This record gives sequence, C-alpha cells and structure tokens, in this order.
Amino acid sequence: MSLLGVTNGAGGVRVDWRTSLSLIGTVLKYLAVPLLLPLIVGLIYGGDVLVFLCTGILTLVVGTALERLDPDPDLGAREGFLLVAGAWLGVALISAVPYLLAAHGLPGLLAASSPASTLANPVNALFESMSGFTTTGATLLGEISLDRHSHAILIWRQLTQWLGGMGIIVLAIAILPELSVGGAQLMDAEAPGVGLEKLTPRIAETARVLWIAYFGFTALEIALLYGLHLVGMAPNMGAYNAVAHGLTTLPTGGFSPEADSIAAFSAAVQWVVIPFMVVAGTNFALFYAVSRGKVRKLAGDAEFRAYAGIMGVLAAVLSGVLFVGGAPPLGDLGGVVQGDIENTLRQSVFQVVSIVTTTGYATSDFAEWSEAGKFLLLFAMFIGGSGGSTGGAVKIVRWVVIVKAIRRELFTTTHPEAVRPIRLAGEVVDEDAVRGVLGFTLFYFLLFGVGTVLISLDVSRVGYDINTLEAMSAIAATLGNVGPGFGSLGPFGSYLDFPNSSKLLMVFLMWIGRLEILPVLVLLTSGYWRS
Amino acid sequence: MRVIIVGAGEVGSTIAESLSGTHDVVVVDIDADRVETLTYELDVLAIQGDGGDINTLREAGIEDADMFIASTDDDETNIVACGTAAVGGNPFSIARVKRPQYLHTWEADNRAFGVDFMVCTDLLAAENIVGVIGLPTARDVDSFAEGAVQLAELEIPEGSPVAGQTVREADRFDSLTFVGIIRDGEVVVPDGDTVIEGGDEVVIVGNPESARAFSSAIAPQENRPSDIVIVGGGEIGYQTARLLEERGFSPRLIEHDGDRARWLAEKLPDTTVLESDATDQSFLERENVGSADAVIAALENDQQNLLATLLAKRLGARRAVAVVDTIAFAELFEAVGVDVAVSPREATAEEITRFTRGRHAENVSIVDGDRAEVLEVEIDAESVFAGRTIREAAADLPEGVVVGAITRKGEFIVPRGDTVVEMSDHVVVFVETAVLDQVTERI
Repeated sequence: MSLLGVTNGAGGVRVDWRTSLSLIGTVLKYLAVPLLLPLIVGLIYGGDVLVFLCTGILTLVVGTALERLDPDPDLGAREGFLLVAGAWLGVALISAVPYLLAAHGLPGLLAASSPASTLANPVNALFESMSGFTTTGATLLGEISLDRHSHAILIWRQLTQWLGGMGIIVLAIAILPELSVGGAQLMDAEAPGVGLEKLTPRIAETARVLWIAYFGFTALEIALLYGLHLVGMAPNMGAYNAVAHGLTTLPTGGFSPEADSIAAFSAAVQWVVIPFMVVAGTNFALFYAVSRGKVRKLAGDAEFRAYAGIMGVLAAVLSGVLFVGGAPPLGDLGGVVQGDIENTLRQSVFQVVSIVTTTGYATSDFAEWSEAGKFLLLFAMFIGGSGGSTGGAVKIVRWVVIVKAIRRELFTTTHPEAVRPIRLAGEVVDEDAVRGVLGFTLFYFLLFGVGTVLISLDVSRVGYDINTLEAMSAIAATLGNVGPGFGSLGPFGSYLDFPNSSKLLMVFLMWIGRLEILPVLVLLTSGYWRS
Repeated sequence: MRVIIVGAGEVGSTIAESLSGTHDVVVVDIDADRVETLTYELDVLAIQGDGGDINTLREAGIEDADMFIASTDDDETNIVACGTAAVGGNPFSIARVKRPQYLHTWEADNRAFGVDFMVCTDLLAAENIVGVIGLPTARDVDSFAEGAVQLAELEIPEGSPVAGQTVREADRFDSLTFVGIIRDGEVVVPDGDTVIEGGDEVVIVGNPESARAFSSAIAPQENRPSDIVIVGGGEIGYQTARLLEERGFSPRLIEHDGDRARWLAEKLPDTTVLESDATDQSFLERENVGSADAVIAALENDQQNLLATLLAKRLGARRAVAVVDTIAFAELFEAVGVDVAVSPREATAEEITRFTRGRHAENVSIVDGDRAEVLEVEIDAESVFAGRTIREAAADLPEGVVVGAITRKGEFIVPRGDTVVEMSDHVVVFVETAVLDQVTERI
C-alpha cells in the first residue's frame, strides 16, 4: 500500500497527499454536472447563467489540474481521511464562487446581478456554501427574496444541501469505479453513525442503493408538494418552490428560498413536510430492508423506536407548553394559537421533528417562544437523526448505546463480576464501538463548551451582544448541522451580525460536525502525518 | 439383529451391555486393552480397529449389520464412521455427537453425513436438566408424543401432603396416571388403594400441565423456580441456559474464563453472566447464590461439580443439580446430598437404546436405573390394543404393565378401563423390566 511506498513530499511525511488531492480533483471535476441545474434554471427564469457557466469552467479546470498531480492514485487508509475532509472543504470553496460572482461580477465579462448581497463578503459566501453542503441551513443571506437574488442562485443554494445530504463521497463512490477499493473506509468516514452497514457485497452498489432511495423520496416529496399546489391547497407552492423544498427536506438541510421558511406555506404543506423530515432522519438501510420485504425490521429496530419515541415525547411536552400559551401570538405568520389543538400540535410536532432531525425548517419563530419551549428545543438539538440517515448532531444510535452503557455501569456497581454486552435489537455492540461512542459524545460536548466560550469572547470583542442561550444555540446549531438558533439567529433571522472570526469558527464546526469530528481532527495530529 | 458399536467407552459399553442379551453385538474400539476387557466382561464380539476404516467394519460384518452405532468421544470420528458404514452396507446408523451444530445440520436434512439418527450428548443433558428444573422434586423427566405427554419420576418428600394418601386420593388431576411407585428399590404397580409413603418415588404420565400441578401438590412450598444459577459455561451449561431462556427463565451463569464469559453473554441475552471462580465463597455470598431456587453445576469434571453443588447447598440453595460424567458416580452424588445427578452419557445410552426396542417403539425411557421402561408405541393391526378397550387388552398382558397415556392425532386422551384404543393411536405404557420382552412382542 501507499503507506509503505511514500517517497514524495516533504521528508518524513507518511501520507501520499498527491493521491488524495488527485481524487479531490476528480470530485471537483464532477461538480460541474450539478452546476448544470442552476444554469438551466437561469435559462428558464433569466439571470446568472454566466455565473454558473464560469463556475462550471472553473471547477473543471481546478479539478483536472488537481487530478494530474497523481495519474495513478493509490488510496490507503490515511489518504482516505485527507480525501474526505479535503473534498468537503473543496466543494464548499468552489460552490461559494457563484455567490461571489453574483455579488461582484467579473470585470469586462459579467455585471453583478445582486451587488448589495451580503454574500459579497468572501467569508459570508464560504459560510453560506459550507452551511449548504453540510446541510446545516444557517444562513447569512440578509434578505431572502427572489427580488434580491436570482432563481438560479437560490436553487444552487438548495442543491448544495441536496448534494451534501446523502454525501458527496457516497455519491462519488456510487459513480466512480476508482473509489470502490477503499470505498468502505471512505463511506465510514463520511456517513453518519456508528460503523458502516454494507447493504450489498459491493460498496458501489450500496452507495447506489442509498442514493436511489434518497432520490426517490425527494422526487415523491416534490410531486406531493406540487400536487397540493395543483389542487389549490398550497397557492404559493409552485413548481420552483416544490423543487426547492424537496431538495432541502431529504438532506435535513433547511434552506428555503422563502424568507419565512415553511411558515410561508399552508398548514397542508406543513403536514406533508413532517413525514419527509422523519424519513430523512431515519437510517436509509431500513428502507432498503423494507423494500426487500422485511417490513418488520423497521418496527423492530431499536434505534428507529427510540427515534420515534423521543420525537413523540418531546412533541407531546411541547404541545402542552404551547397549548397553555408558551409562545406569544405573532400575528398571522407562523403564529401559535393558544388553545387551538390543531395549531399547537402542528407547531410542536413540526418544530420538534425539524430540530431533532437537524433539518432546521420552521413554521413558527421559536426564537420568540417561552424559555421552557426554547430549552426544550436546545435539548433536542443534541439528539440528532439516526445513524445512516442524513441528519446531524450526536445521533440516536449513540444515545441508545450511551443509555445502555450507563445502565450497565449501574448494574456492574453492585455485581462487579457480571459480563454484560450492550445490544441493539439483539445484536451485540462491539466494546470498541461502545468506547468510540462514548469518546465521540464526550468530544462533541467538549467542542460545544469550548465553542460557546470562544464565540462569547469573540462577540464581546466587537461589542455584539448575545446572551448565553443564544451563544449556546449558535454552537449547537452549527456543530450539529441544525441551522437556526435563538435570538437573532432564529429561524427567520440570520448569523449576519457575527464577526468574521466567529463565522470562520462556525464554518469549521459545520465541517467537522458533518464528518463527525474524527475524520477531520485526525488530520490535525502529528501522528497522522508521520510515523 | 446384528448391531455394530464403534467406541467402547462408557456410552458404548452401556449400550453393548443392554443389547447383548437380545442381539448380536459387535464392538469396535481402537484401544486393544479395552477390547480385551470387553471380550471377557460382556457377551459380545470385540474387535480392535478404526471405526472409520472400511476393512475393520467389513471384519465386524458390516454387510449384514442392521444397526450401526458410533459412540466414541469424538464427534468427527463418529460422523465419519457412519459414513463409512453406509459404504460397507446398509445399516441404520446412529451417531453420538457433542456439538449441537452437527445436530442442527442433521436436523435440517436427515440425509446429512449419511447418519440416520443423531444424538447430541450435551443437548440431551441440558434438556434433561431443564426438565428436572421445571418440576420441583423431579428426579427425571422425559417427553413423549412430541411433548404432548410427559413422564416424570418424582420423589415424595417426608411430610408431603400426599404422603399417607391413597393413589385415588392423590390423583386429583384429570390428565394424569400413576404408572408406578418405586419403594426401596422395588417397583410397585399401584392401584387405587395403594398408599403413597414419604420417600417413595412415583412415576407419573400425563400432560405437562398436570405433571406440573401434581409436582407442586406434593411439595406446595416449592413454587416454579425463579432464581436459577448455572455454574460452568461449557456446552452443557450454555445449552441449559439457552433452553431455560426459551422457557422464559432468566438464569445466572457463572464462568471463570473471561473470553468464554463474554461469548456466553453475547449469545444469551436474558442470562446474567458472571465472570468468577464458582468456588470463591465470598463471591457466592455476595451474589446471594444461597438464596437460589436451583443451582446447576456443569463444570469440567465430576469433582468440581460435586464441590460446587455441595457448596451451594451449604449456602442454602434449595435444589442442586449436578452433571456427572462417570455414570457410576450418579448414585454416589445423590447419596451425599446432591438432589439430582444428570449423566449425559447415561442419557445418550438411553436415547440410543430406544432404537433397538422393536420396530414399533417410537420412544423409550428407562426408569430408575433399569427397573422399568416406559415405551411409546404406535398401534397397528397386530397390536393387542387394536380396536379394544384397555381393560380387555390388559387381561391378555402380564402383570407389571400400566397404560399411562394415549395421544390421538396429537390430542391427549386420559386412559381409563373402558377407553377404546384406535389404530395409529400413540400409547405410552409403563413396563417392568421383567416382563418387557413379552410385552413388546404383543403390542
């Protein structure tokens, strides 16, 4: 393997970085294909066609150049980590380009289409792009409106989330034969959850199955949303909006071309979106099992039951809080109507599902809710979707393992000789995996604590005043790829007021949050590069 | 009938001994000393050689053999021997195995390995233990007619409410028949007026529910055990725990080896596996082994099992069941305070012997050493029972025969004097060894 045969690079470096960069180049080259969608949208609705043409050419040039670094890439374990982490950074950088081009234009070639855009700041553009690919959904777009931004730019924003949802590496494995050998390890580094579940003997086939399921659910949601529009139950859910929201529900993304997120749509639309968010937060391997006739696997899955159970409990508690007036009336937009069962039920279920699955859509400005409601949602930000889903944060499967590990700890206190493996639906969880889960979660909370402190210091440096809950929510929402927080970071607000340094910190948190910390942080250790 | 037995260990010798009176038995063993001993001890032909060698089997007369029993201590040797036997002739071949995996494979396809019948020693022992555990005061439990009928040997404790009652008084359960009483080593065939005494062993046949009900009637203070401790996580310990789990128990299992304990814990979700030395007194006290309803010792050797059960008894465990390898030790164990000694080898020999009881016997159980047998027979036209009432048929049979149960298409029928036995009924009869040959001929 390449680990043994490294001769290039600086003295002592044991990672064949050329291999990784070359494969990152391949991924970037193929990014030109999805760039065709905003290009077509631009042709249909007018505007920003050249922006995407230029970006497409740029990514092809950069990708091909990087690819040439190593004509015969030989992927080892270490190169895999660099490839995954680097690819995510790479696509985020490239996809920030359209935002910058639209804001600045190119001298002599194209005029700025939205010169006053907040994304003119490169840090903001990178934040928006990283928030897109990591399916966070935190936005810096000051005013989200088709008057200020072209259809093409806004659909690109949606599409970045869709690409990031099931994972760009998983997609690459599905279509690029050169990634099939180290594919399992790559997928493990990218896919959320504990360990990798191979559905089929070939990893490329597994990746394809996942993407087909993902694509199928997306198409179904788009059809249903547009169907509601056709029967008159969703006047503003036209074809553009239907596609735009289909593209950000399944990846648990949360971007919307509407400033008011899902609150802009009718109750019927809101009810339809809920089950698709639930699906997005479910382990896709279960859908594969169901499609093969093993329906019972879904009901019997320990993680799925915990996932459904915790959302049910949280929604019930929140319904109670809202029913007795846990939220101020907000007029007609996303208002919570105290004492109205359908309304409070819908608002609580929608918000709970949206936050637990880390989607980040909103039908009500929960930043304005009572403290009880807000803390409930802050708590929900740490739960996350299922392993093998598109959701972020800690993930249900880890919490199930942690709860069982705690129970075991309590049992062995009185029975020190007892040998108790931890089981998930009858299957024994390897002790190494249990240790990994505990380590990951501890690390997650450590990052959350350190991040909160850093952001608080940084904002007080520039005199931007946020309270503790808001600072905590900013870190929980970016590290967990949730999106909206509280205060001015609420679902109808933005992260615009943070200083650049804080934004860069959050870009970093979104990046490592999506890749579940370790694949990125391992690159920062000296042991990775040497010996 | 010509029977070839490969392997003259305890199991092989026991089978050879019980068959030598009625059949032509040839024993093959690799060990010359054993062959010589056997030649003088039993009325069998003993040949020194390898059971997997076709020439040895030809020498033993495999061409004319009706039955071939491979009963060495080694699973693979036994399976290979049966395969070799199938090459040399066409006997009904029986293989003794230890590992349940082989049994499972064989059960999946009865032609597997060229074996016609497979007996799993460790699984049999575990089934035996679990049966005994399920019935408090039971010394031995066997199933007939695919589990619809249960045979149990129960010990009547001194001071039991049943002691001093007549059979008629004690038999308050519909689907239950008293087929025999063993008193001071003698078999008594009971009638309604026989008085049951403390210290008797009664043999009952009935459906599992009534067997359980009667068992708790003779010892009302003994409820269904809830706290069961298994000592030793070898194959028998593991199978016992697994069967107990299947029956809804959550046993505790003590195993000293760390890796094995982990393996057991992974395989047995409802069992609490404890990694410790079973003779560590402070550990046993801390884990309250003394308050257990039953302690089962299934360690590597007889000495350890004896020690572990006596220790558990001393700490206060209510019942102690020990696995005993050497058949001869079983009685000794029970004499010094072990409640039930289960011998896997004896159970195996019993299981294999049942295939030699004429063509009609579906199942055989040997009661209390060799004093009586319980047979399950499918009735055909030649049987003395066919189309007659039990009273009529009994007149043609010698003393010492009791009809314990009848099953008709899987349904349990209580046998009474005027019950008419139909063709293809399964009849479970208790037969004293003395009249066994006469009886098997007629039914």
